[in-house]
Amino acid sequence: MTDEMIGRVISCVEKTQKLPPESVTIDSKFEDLGIDSLDGVNILYALETEFNVSIPDEGVLGIKSVREAIDQLDRLLSAGGTNGAVRA
Amino acid sequence: MERRVVVTGVGVVSALGKNACEFWQALIAAQSGIGPITQVDMTDIKFKNGAEVRDWDPSEYFEGKRPDFLDRFAQFAVVAAREAVKDAGIEWNSTLRERTAIVTGSCIGGQSSQDAGFQDLYLFKKGRLSPLTISRVMPNAGASCISIEMGIGGPAFTLSTACSSANHAIGQAFRMVRAGDVEMALAGGSEAPLNFGHLKAWESLRVVAPDTCRPFSVDRLGMVLGEGGAILVLEPREAAVARGAKIYGEIVGFGMSSDASHLTQSSSQGASRAIDGAMRDAGLAPEQIGYINAHGTATLLNDPMEVAAIRLALGQRADRIPISSTKSMHGHALGAAGAIEAIATVLALKNCTLPPTANFTTIDPRCDMDVIPNTARHADVEYALSNSFAFGGLNAVLAFKSPR
Repeated sequence: MTDEMIGRVISCVEKTQKLPPESVTIDSKFEDLGIDSLDGVNILYALETEFNVSIPDEGVLGIKSVREAIDQLDRLLSAGGTNGAVRA
Repeated sequence: MERRVVVTGVGVVSALGKNACEFWQALIAAQSGIGPITQVDMTDIKFKNGAEVRDWDPSEYFEGKRPDFLDRFAQFAVVAAREAVKDAGIEWNSTLRERTAIVTGSCIGGQSSQDAGFQDLYLFKKGRLSPLTISRVMPNAGASCISIEMGIGGPAFTLSTACSSANHAIGQAFRMVRAGDVEMALAGGSEAPLNFGHLKAWESLRVVAPDTCRPFSVDRLGMVLGEGGAILVLEPREAAVARGAKIYGEIVGFGMSSDASHLTQSSSQGASRAIDGAMRDAGLAPEQIGYINAHGTATLLNDPMEVAAIRLALGQRADRIPISSTKSMHGHALGAAGAIEAIATVLALKNCTLPPTANFTTIDPRCDMDVIPNTARHADVEYALSNSFAFGGLNAVLAFKSPR
């Protein structure tokens, strides 16, 4: 994933959580940011909209950090729709 | 032994302002909150006016991401509850929090959030909905958010009986406090029905006035939709007196009935049974009633039906009872209406001033009661009723006593 895309992921987290710009990094843990399960699905929704993909349910509840979210998204995007990342 | 139940705090968000003080000042000045609806593009809707909460900025009341989680109707409930709790001067402790109930009314819950989400789905073909939709739409969101914010852990639930929702909610809370099930209750309702889909549904019923709300006037053209939230703090009189709380008034009776008749055409027999029920519950005779806050929607059918119901229940005494419809000023806020009007009624009793029926022109001969036209009236009233009659034929009437 490019730096530009990582920036977009971080921006999605900041915007949905109403956190100030540059308060979230790739190493931020969801728990430290006060992100609970409902916030988590809301961030997934923001990422789906931002990257125009459909993120499958499997595995997403285990995502606990920005880096894990990026990894998951990266796998889906590089699989290009063959692994559940259906481009809408 | 049954306990006496008093109102010790009030909070209102309405077209007449964002707190109880502004609300009351507008009511006694006969100042209507009805005007062009601004939160919806009204181009394709025949009527244009509503009683809107003006300049509502959720970020003034909720920090950070919280507004995203709350539909406007739930925001109104929380803000009204905050005012009521502060007004009552409650000093919380863990026992009181666990013994306090929250009962709210709402007709359509977060339907405005659903309307916006479904536009994305059906119109803009976005293919996905915000995961916050479910918790924004649920009609109990108001009660739940009050509970979560204030840490109130007693029984909490929401009633949905269309335009009687808030009266049913206050009535149930009143009975829980009276019976000793709980030591305190926050009761009322909230509604934010001004979304395109819902307004179109009202348009096709052909009951919404193109201009304003003129209850009991011969030239009235229908109801005007409103929005808002109102919450009352109820507690046993003994506890309120012991802690030196300010007492707005007492709830002395609650009556319910169903018309068992028609989905939209209310029956005066059904409505009068609810009035009878409230009077019986309170042990009141018609001669004791000094004011009625009418349901008074200003539809062609409601107002004569309501006057007939009052006459059925109170007989000759009806000729000497002043009634008013404050919907002429705050509009018809559906599931919040009963709570807004309950607060109008207790403030009328406390302040010895009866709010008027605003926008009044000439009496409809079928509504020939003293409707307090256009000007508030000084009157030291001991007992008052507040009526709510819902679509679906579900009626709920509250009886109040002055604090004196």
